[in-house]
Amino acid sequence: MTPDLQCIDLTKRFGDTTAVSDVSFSVPPGSFFSILGPSGCGKTTIMRMIAGFLAPTSGDILIKGKSVLDVAPNKRPVNMVFQHLALFPMMNVADNIGYGLRRAGLPKRDITRKVGEVLERIGLPEIGRRRVDELSGGQKQRVAIARCMVLEPDVLLLDEPLGALDLKLRERMKIELKALQADFDTTFVYITHDQSEALVMSDQIAVMNQGCFEQMGTARDLYYRPETPFVAGFVGDSNRWSGRIERSDGGAPELRTDSGLLIRGNAQGRALGDGQSADIFVRPEAIRLSRNETELTSLDNHLKGRVTSLLFNAAASRVLVRDEGSAGEIEVALPQSGEFDDLAKGDVVHIGWSGEQANCFAAGAE
Amino acid sequence: MRDGTRLGFILLLTPLLLWLSLLIIIPHIDMFLVSLRERVGVGKYEISPANYLTFLQEPLYLWTFLRTAVMSVLATLITLVVAFPVAYYIAKMAKGRVRSLLFLLCLVPFWVSELVRTFGWMILLRETGVISSLLQYLGLVHGPVEMLYNDAAIMIGLVYTSMLFMVVPLITTLGSLDDAVIEAGYDLGGSGPSILREIVIPHAMPGIVSGCIVVFMLSLGNYLTPTMLGGKDSLWFTELIYSQFIVRFNWELGAAFGFVLLFLSSFIVWVMLRLTGQTLEKTMG
Repeated sequence: MTPDLQCIDLTKRFGDTTAVSDVSFSVPPGSFFSILGPSGCGKTTIMRMIAGFLAPTSGDILIKGKSVLDVAPNKRPVNMVFQHLALFPMMNVADNIGYGLRRAGLPKRDITRKVGEVLERIGLPEIGRRRVDELSGGQKQRVAIARCMVLEPDVLLLDEPLGALDLKLRERMKIELKALQADFDTTFVYITHDQSEALVMSDQIAVMNQGCFEQMGTARDLYYRPETPFVAGFVGDSNRWSGRIERSDGGAPELRTDSGLLIRGNAQGRALGDGQSADIFVRPEAIRLSRNETELTSLDNHLKGRVTSLLFNAAASRVLVRDEGSAGEIEVALPQSGEFDDLAKGDVVHIGWSGEQANCFAAGAE
Repeated sequence: MRDGTRLGFILLLTPLLLWLSLLIIIPHIDMFLVSLRERVGVGKYEISPANYLTFLQEPLYLWTFLRTAVMSVLATLITLVVAFPVAYYIAKMAKGRVRSLLFLLCLVPFWVSELVRTFGWMILLRETGVISSLLQYLGLVHGPVEMLYNDAAIMIGLVYTSMLFMVVPLITTLGSLDDAVIEAGYDLGGSGPSILREIVIPHAMPGIVSGCIVVFMLSLGNYLTPTMLGGKDSLWFTELIYSQFIVRFNWELGAAFGFVLLFLSSFIVWVMLRLTGQTLEKTMG
């Protein structure tokens, strides 16, 4: 099946700076594809090139198998939901949604019908005559999507559209967006710097850093099997240690950290030699917390420490544990099953994790 | 504390009230009274609408009045058409230093007095002026060409003197239009002209109307430009008022003319607001 959107060796340079360098990817029809990266990584540049507002320095963009480089933005079969939505404040909701149809020269009757249908679909059938500034944040969001979807584009681009919403609404809109995408059965390309947005909604995620794609895969791939130290550090939280490999025992090397800790890790097939400097990443939620040592003896890494601080944040609560042998603090997820409710600063605890959960990368690969 | 704020408010308001009452309201009331009296003998006056009737019965006055109104509306429209692209370029396309520089360039001519600027045009347009000499030098014409003292010259002068008052409100409103809104227009299939018509102009409407009101009033009340560039046949209504007051010492008729002009400008501004669906608060705020 021809992918809906395909970018081949896409490069964009502004003067001496390379904003996007040799990015290639393809998005199968009907899927939700996200580009996740910190601000300034070049993701907006990619989006603007796909929409047609920027011309790539080199490379090609294909939509449904046809190159669109020579097609002006107002003729491309892609539409974009802008960061601040960019609804037309001088028109009411129905005129906003009907704008593209009017430009396409549809008869008035068809426009009215289509606008009515799409309003029905986004669950706001009564708001056609309202002014844009009378809508709530979530309603504006849905109108902005409807304004694009009424044109039945091959690809819908979304440029961090949830950024301006408050937390509760953002959580709800994530679910709603995913449902709308399934409902319209259109390819969505979504860019964001918020990993939870990307992880929750996407079929495929590309993690981007400094103009390049670091890794492309499903949310689980990125979380469990990061391929680069950047992805390991950017997606989810991590404890990170730098050190030197003491024993490169096949796929399970042992690393002596700069603070003196010995950690058994997992190289996932990456070549690591004895004595090589390396970084190791362990997620706080992959570390088990216990009051007695015997529970943890089956794990590759275990140590005893003292609680230096409790960071309560409901389900995402953390305990900082200072290891007795070294100086570093380790962030550990606080299980909310009740057994650690009385944990206090200064308590002695045991922590441990399996080598499988500790991703090891050669240093300087970032 | 409350009394203090109240006192401050009164103190701040006093100059404004003084200015309004002493310079605007009282003279106008007096003018209105003057315009309503008729001289029936030496030092004897009667209240009558005679001055207004004179205005309506004398074709020259009416003709000049209409001509002034039409020319001012035309000057306003030309100024809008010329200023809009300039303002759009400065507000939306130019960035950073270039933008400030262009804005400054619009402002620079206004550092010299209107008189000097109008003389500049006379130097360019007169029979022995720059353009005429250039055309003769190039062999395009055989004798000197007089380009002054006609309606086109008046129009040029009016547009030139009021450009800034159109450009500034336009830049302000256009600058507040988010670039993403224009891009969204393109993205959804809009072409340049349709985006201008459906997005840019509706957004800039308050600026367009406030610019037009200011330019229209300035043109209507302009005395210098029509006199200097239009010569003695320019027939501008302000000249009639001037000659009634100063040349003919007929203050009664001059005052009536002044009031007719005030009604005309108020009426046209009202029509302009109604046509564009704007309110005075919206355009001035």
